Amino acid sequence: MKFFDLYRKDRWPHMFCPGCGIGTIMNAFYYAIAESGLSQDKAVFVAGIGCSGRIPGYIRGDSLHTTHGRPLSFASGIKLADPSLKVIVFSGDGDLGAIGGNHFINACRRNIDLTVICINNYNYGMTGGQVSTTTPAHFKTSTTPSGNKEYPFDLSEIAVAAGANYVARWTTYHVKSLIRSIKKALLKDGFSFVEVVSQCPVHFGRRNKMTAPTRLLNWIKENSIPRAKIKQITDDTLDLNVQGKISIGEFIERNRIAYTKLIGVCK
Amino acid sequence: MKIIEPGTYFMQGDEACVEGAIYAGCRFFAGYPITPATEITERCALRMKEVDGVAIQMEDEIASIGAIIGASWTGTKSMTATSGPGFSLMQENLGYACMTETPIVIVDVQRGGPSTGQPTRASQGDVMQSRWGSHGDYEIIALAPNSVQEMFDLTIEAFNLAETYRVPVIILSDADIGHMRGTFTVSDNIKIVTRKYHTKPVKYNAYAYDENLVPRFPKFGQGHRVHITGLTHDISGYPKTTFPAIHQVLITRLVDKIRKNEQNICRVEIINPRAEYLVVAYGSPSNSVYELAEKNKNIGLFRPITVWPFPEGLFRKRLKGVKKCLVLEMNMGQLFWDIERTALKSGCRNTELFTKLGGDVHEPDEIVKELGL
Ligand SMILES: Cc1ncc(C[n+]2csc(CCOP(=O)(O)OP(=O)(O)O)c2C)c(N)n1
Repeated sequence: MKFFDLYRKDRWPHMFCPGCGIGTIMNAFYYAIAESGLSQDKAVFVAGIGCSGRIPGYIRGDSLHTTHGRPLSFASGIKLADPSLKVIVFSGDGDLGAIGGNHFINACRRNIDLTVICINNYNYGMTGGQVSTTTPAHFKTSTTPSGNKEYPFDLSEIAVAAGANYVARWTTYHVKSLIRSIKKALLKDGFSFVEVVSQCPVHFGRRNKMTAPTRLLNWIKENSIPRAKIKQITDDTLDLNVQGKISIGEFIERNRIAYTKLIGVCK
Repeated sequence: MKIIEPGTYFMQGDEACVEGAIYAGCRFFAGYPITPATEITERCALRMKEVDGVAIQMEDEIASIGAIIGASWTGTKSMTATSGPGFSLMQENLGYACMTETPIVIVDVQRGGPSTGQPTRASQGDVMQSRWGSHGDYEIIALAPNSVQEMFDLTIEAFNLAETYRVPVIILSDADIGHMRGTFTVSDNIKIVTRKYHTKPVKYNAYAYDENLVPRFPKFGQGHRVHITGLTHDISGYPKTTFPAIHQVLITRLVDKIRKNEQNICRVEIINPRAEYLVVAYGSPSNSVYELAEKNKNIGLFRPITVWPFPEGLFRKRLKGVKKCLVLEMNMGQLFWDIERTALKSGCRNTELFTKLGGDVHEPDEIVKELGL
C-alpha cells in the first residue's frame, strides 16, 4: 500500500476544523498502514458517527460509515463473513465510550480480529462540544457550563480489563510512537485498540481557555506521562482527570487466540 | 445434514425458517435470544457450521442487525431473528440498511406488546412498526407466513426479494406460527435469486443505476474502493447532505424501486373469488377462515402474503361485488387502515375490524356472527 494512494483526493477539501488533531492521526495511520504491507483492496475502513467517523470517507478503499456507536457491530459482521479482509474501525470517545460502550467492551472480550483507533478529543466534536464519557472532571463543555461533575472513563484501561489483545494510548503529540503502535495493532491477531488523545480546539479548547490549537496540544503534552509511572499518583485523581494525568504507552500485549481462529473461519 | 433435500419434513416453524434461509444461501446469522424467536438463533448456531457459514450471538439486537449489514457488504446473504422488544431496538439500523441499500432478512416472530408484554403469546402488534418503525421516508417489504410450510417458503422468498431490490425484507411471523410444529415439503424446483454484482471495479459511482432503479452491488474486497454511508449521497456514494435535489432524487428512487414493482412483489391468497362476504386476514388469524370458506362459498378469504407493500392493486380487483369486508387482526387495527382506505376507494363502505388480543384466536362461529350471516 502506498502512502499517497490512500488519499481519496476527489473528496478534498476535508471537513475538519482548523487545528483539529484528526489530520495528524490520519497521517500517522497512513504511515502505519503503508508500512504494514497490508493490501489496500483487502482492507475495509469502518466508522461510526462523529468527526472521527468521517475519517474513512477520506481513505481510498472500501469504507462503511455506519450509525452512531455501532461501528464495531458492522465491523464484526464484515470480518466474520469474509475473514480475508482486514477490518479497521475509527471511532470517537462518544461513539465508543457512551452510545457504543456495550459494543466496545464486548468486542474486546470477543477478540475478533479488528483494529480500532479511537480519537479521544474529550468531547462531542460533531455536535458542537457536549460533555463526553471521557471529559475530564470539572472541565467545561456546552452541556456542563459549570464544569463536568462526572468522572471520566479510561477507555484504554477498560479495553485491558475487557480482554483486548493489544492496547496502546498516545496523543497527537506522540506521533512516532503512535505510528509504531498503529502498525503493531494492524498486524496483531485478535482485537487491537489504539486510543489517541487529540485536540479539539474549536469546542473543547475554546471553552477551557485553550483556543489556540498549540496551547491545547501543549497541555496534552505536558500532562502525558508513561503508564508505568502512573502508579505513583494516588488513585482518586487517576487519569485523564484535571488533577490527574494522561497515561500513555503500550498498555498490554497478549496473545489470546482470536475468535475467528477459535471458530475455524481463520487459520 | 448440509442443505435440506427435496422431501417432506416435520419441524417447528422457527426451525423451518432456518432451513429456508440456508436453502436460500444464507451463510451469516447474528441474533440475540428472545421468545418466541430463540429457536431460530439456536438452530442457526447448530446449522450454520454444517454449511460453512457463521452464526453468532451478539450483545444485543442493535449489534445483531449491525453485524448482518456488515456481513452483507461482503456479499454474504445474512439474517437476524427477533421479537417485538428486539425489533424496536433494530429500527435505526434497519433504516441504515434501507438508505445504503443493503440486502438483509429480519425475522420478527411477533409477541404481545407493548414493552415486554406477553413473551409466549402471538400478536400482530408490529405490523405498522415494520412499515414505519425507522425514521425518514422509505419503502420496505414484509411477508406474513401462516404455516410451517410458509416459514420455509417465505424465508426463501424474503432472500430473493432482498437480493432483487437491495432492501431489507421482514418476515412478520408470530408466536403461533413460529412455535407451531407441522409438516412442510421441499420441492425440487425452488428458485434462488443471486445478487447482481459489479464485475469491474466501479472506482466512482457506487450507486449508478439503470431504469430498474436498483444499482448493482459493489461488494467489499474487490478493489471497488467505494464509500458507503447512511448520510444522503448521490450516485458516487459520497455524502451530499445539504442539497434538496440530491435528497429528493435518492429518496424518490428508494421508494419507487418498491412502489413501481408492487405488481412483481405482491402475492396474495384468494379463496372463493366471487364470494360477497370477504374476510381479510394474514398470518395466524387467516387459518380460522379456511374451513368456513370450504363450507360456505359466499364467504371468501383475501390473504395478503405480502403485507408491505400493501397489495392494493390486487385487493381493489377482488373488492368487486363485495358486500362486506371483515378484517381479522391480532392487534387494535393496523393493516385495517390500509384495507378500509382501499375498500372505500373501491366503493365498499362496509369494512369492519374483528380484533383478538392476548393470544386469543378468532373462532370460526364468531367470524360468521361478525359477518352478520
Ligand atoms: C443515535 C444518534 N444519537 C445522536 C446522534 C448525534 N451525534 C452525532 S455525532 C455525536 C457525538 C460525536 O462525538 P464523538 O463520538 O466523541 O466523536 P467526535 O465528533 O468528537 O469525533 C452525536 C451525539 C446521532 N447521529 N445518532
